[in-house]
Amino acid sequence: MKKVLVLLLLVVVGYSLYVPLSQIEFGADRMGSIENPTTVGAYYLSKTPSELSVANVITAIVVNYRGFDTLGEVSVLFLAATGIGSILYRRRKEGEHSETISKPSSQLLQAGAKLIYPAILVLGAYVFIHGHLTPGGGFQGGAIIATGFLLMMMSYKDFHMNHTVLTWVESLAGITFVGVGIGGLIVGTTFLENFMPVGTLNDLFSGGIIPIIYVAVGFKVAAELAGVLDTLLSIKEN
Amino acid sequence: MENIDINQLLSIAVFGAAVGLILIGLYAVLIKKHLIKIVIGLSIIDAGIHLLFIAIGYINGGTSPIFSEKGISLVNEGVKMVDPVPQALVLTAIVIGFGVTAVALSLVIRLYRHHQTARIDQIKTLKW
Repeated sequence: MKKVLVLLLLVVVGYSLYVPLSQIEFGADRMGSIENPTTVGAYYLSKTPSELSVANVITAIVVNYRGFDTLGEVSVLFLAATGIGSILYRRRKEGEHSETISKPSSQLLQAGAKLIYPAILVLGAYVFIHGHLTPGGGFQGGAIIATGFLLMMMSYKDFHMNHTVLTWVESLAGITFVGVGIGGLIVGTTFLENFMPVGTLNDLFSGGIIPIIYVAVGFKVAAELAGVLDTLLSIKEN
Repeated sequence: MENIDINQLLSIAVFGAAVGLILIGLYAVLIKKHLIKIVIGLSIIDAGIHLLFIAIGYINGGTSPIFSEKGISLVNEGVKMVDPVPQALVLTAIVIGFGVTAVALSLVIRLYRHHQTARIDQIKTLKW
């Protein structure tokens, strides 16, 4: 009975999604020209190379045009990490140490993980440092670095993140983001205004405040994800 | 049947896949009894919505909105770029989706600890 009702609901939802979507012409060029941009996307595409000289338009949107939104997004991530910590928190009894629930892994995995771990960290750093030039950015690079930590946590039973260091890295990165934003308020007129020289397109040092903010976001995301993974993996089974 | 062009087929395939993913996720959330499966259903809904966003922003023959050399612009040489706004929105949505999944999973762990089961039909204290 319940299944029938749910299927009926799915049909209704599917139909009400299908009707508006069938009006949209797939792949139609709705962007307009550079002189007369008809959509927000066309405006960003036409303004980004000259105004900000950032090669990756998505980075320009995420960090500059919608920078305040990204600040909120980073806060949501911080809130999620804090929430997990407080939901899973348990007071440790006397003489009890936190243990990972995973079994010790094989020699092969341990040796391989040690070999590949620095390379993953370097790849992650590369991705967020070049966030304004190539596909990728702070969030992606931070996630890559966190996978490196995850690999080490799963191969070595006694590999633990130092939560004091994580908190410091996270806080400093967050303060950098907000500080750069307030710098825009002091030097220019608005919060997160791009007040630094933008340089030339496709240079590593271009885009003004955008690379600084994205590197800060990369550190913040890496610290937060590593903290979340460490919290989830070091649950003691009762 | 020869007047169905490739574009229409693509449209049906991409939008159909997106809507299909959303419906599969909704089904899992409503029908499945295991909490982990419900969280997986939420993630599948997320994936469907992301695909829908990207599909709406797509332009035929468009490249990714990254300037690889100087002078490529919207009107130059017929180089087209896809709409960057939905991609930026999806970047935000993926991160929020991660946060939702992580908090949901930690709540599942907490429930499992308390009730020794992760199936919602065996958690009786919530029923009235």
